[in-house]
Amino acid sequence: MPDSKTSSISTNGLTIGYKSKAVAGNINFSCDSGELCAIIGVNGIGKSTLLRTLGNLQPKLYGSISINNQDLSTYSSGDLAKKLSVVLTEQPSSKNLTVEELIALGRQPYTNWIGTLTSKDKIYIQESLTAFLLKELRHRKCHELSDGQLQRVLIARAMAQDTPLILLDEPTTHLDLYHKVQILKLLQSLTHNEGKTIIFTTHEIDLAIQLCDKILILDGEQNPFGEPCQLIENEHFERLFPEEMVVFDPKTGAFKVSK
Amino acid sequence: MQRPKSYQISFLLVVLALLLAWVLNISSGSVAIPFEAMLSSLFGGKIEVESWNYIIWNYRIPKGFTAVLVGGGLSVSGLLMQTLFRNPLAGPFVLGISSGASLGAALLLMGTSLISGFASFTLLNDITLAIAASIGSFLVLLVVMVVANRIKDTMALLIIGLMFGSITAAIVSVLAYFSTAENLQRFIFWSFGSVGNLSQTQVLLLAGITGFGVLLSILSIKRLNAFLLGENYAQSLGVSLKKSRLIIIIATGLLAGGITAFAGPIAFVGLAVPHLTRQIFDTMEHRILIPAVFLYGAILMLLCDTIAQLPNSASILPINAITSLVGAPVVIWLLVRKRKMLF
Repeated sequence: MPDSKTSSISTNGLTIGYKSKAVAGNINFSCDSGELCAIIGVNGIGKSTLLRTLGNLQPKLYGSISINNQDLSTYSSGDLAKKLSVVLTEQPSSKNLTVEELIALGRQPYTNWIGTLTSKDKIYIQESLTAFLLKELRHRKCHELSDGQLQRVLIARAMAQDTPLILLDEPTTHLDLYHKVQILKLLQSLTHNEGKTIIFTTHEIDLAIQLCDKILILDGEQNPFGEPCQLIENEHFERLFPEEMVVFDPKTGAFKVSK
Repeated sequence: MQRPKSYQISFLLVVLALLLAWVLNISSGSVAIPFEAMLSSLFGGKIEVESWNYIIWNYRIPKGFTAVLVGGGLSVSGLLMQTLFRNPLAGPFVLGISSGASLGAALLLMGTSLISGFASFTLLNDITLAIAASIGSFLVLLVVMVVANRIKDTMALLIIGLMFGSITAAIVSVLAYFSTAENLQRFIFWSFGSVGNLSQTQVLLLAGITGFGVLLSILSIKRLNAFLLGENYAQSLGVSLKKSRLIIIIATGLLAGGITAFAGPIAFVGLAVPHLTRQIFDTMEHRILIPAVFLYGAILMLLCDTIAQLPNSASILPINAITSLVGAPVVIWLLVRKRKMLF
């Protein structure tokens, strides 16, 4: 992938939430090209809100978000759609779309007023289908797919959008361990081989520790951010959950139920 | 979205079916005109009875043209609503848009005479009726839109649409109670729905409104396709939500409101036709669906109108009843067969 497509995202003193109520504050992190970053934290701490705010789907409250050292709010919606794509937990509104149709929608920022696909667009769609092992399923309707297949389709759509930055909200929920690892490995190869910047929220902390380059822990106070081994050394994972329920084992990088 | 070409044959068949339905429509009516005589009249040949020529050119052809506009326009507005509200059961009738138009028409036909008995005659003409009905449908559409933004539950939206229908019916019956028999009759006839009896100016005006509504729909094709993913995804693809919603709503309001104003509230066409269309055009791509749905709606309306004419008899059935008789079973059949409706 060309160097001009590299991208970084960073926040400074970011506070997210809704007009009436802040959800989380003091969020500082930065992700560079070729890095896979996970956002972890307990339920309701604001992971999805943060992801939507980063994706410009929801206004921030205070602080700043920059993409390539340029403030997020200065991008036009058309330009941003070429910089950043999202995979959300919400299902597509129409389950009557075929796999190929859905992935083709990812090309919208590049197509003309009526959405005609050029041969270049078709190449991107084919590449996405191949990369996510969806060639066999291309003419299937979305309502005929399993959860894991639909998740792959949604990520393939984001890849067809060809943005240097991809944000994913809980891409591994509802999947079994094999498919979880399959999705995360795909994300890892996209970052390491193609230089994309990928940020995703997850509850799979042990998998994130093994696969991610950086992790942001949302704890509602300090929100520590860094490489997984740094965070382990500084005992940040230990404080994530109440000790009487689960304990973190720094040697294996996994949580165990307290006996 | 890959190969729109594969629908060429289907389109050809549908256009042929439309021509057939149109010929059938204009060859039937209360006056029996032999088929050969009709053809020769159409192609400018000689015709035995001069009045046949007059009936065909001044009554049946404008009526057939109106049926095409009404059926096609209502169906496209139904398609837009189903995509915009992410709801397979949305349509101008279900969401209360037609009720809004009825309310506008009722207030004009019966309400103005209550306020100022004498002024009503000068106020009442085709244009004011169209404006009143359009304003009514726009207002309901805006309220539905506001509610839809607050309530994500699509079922709640449908129930709210039904409640609008009830409120309208109640206000109309109150107005009817105080109205003169003459005005009440005018309203009742309007509410039966009809594609005939439109003057040339009215047909032209209807064609203009429908054309503009369809044009706006065509300009929104890309946005409509993005909306299939959901609003957040659409936004992430660079679609401006506010602007797109506004354009789609204006298109829907013009189509549903304008058509209801001239042809009366016609039920089920907007809801049923998009689903019927997808039985052949099995795609979600609006580039294919918008023309296909328009053609399908036009065919259905021509056929319904042909039935409503009760060929060779002097009486005309209310077209609203015919479309309900056709449309409601179709919706039930689709629900039963597929267990759930997808859009």
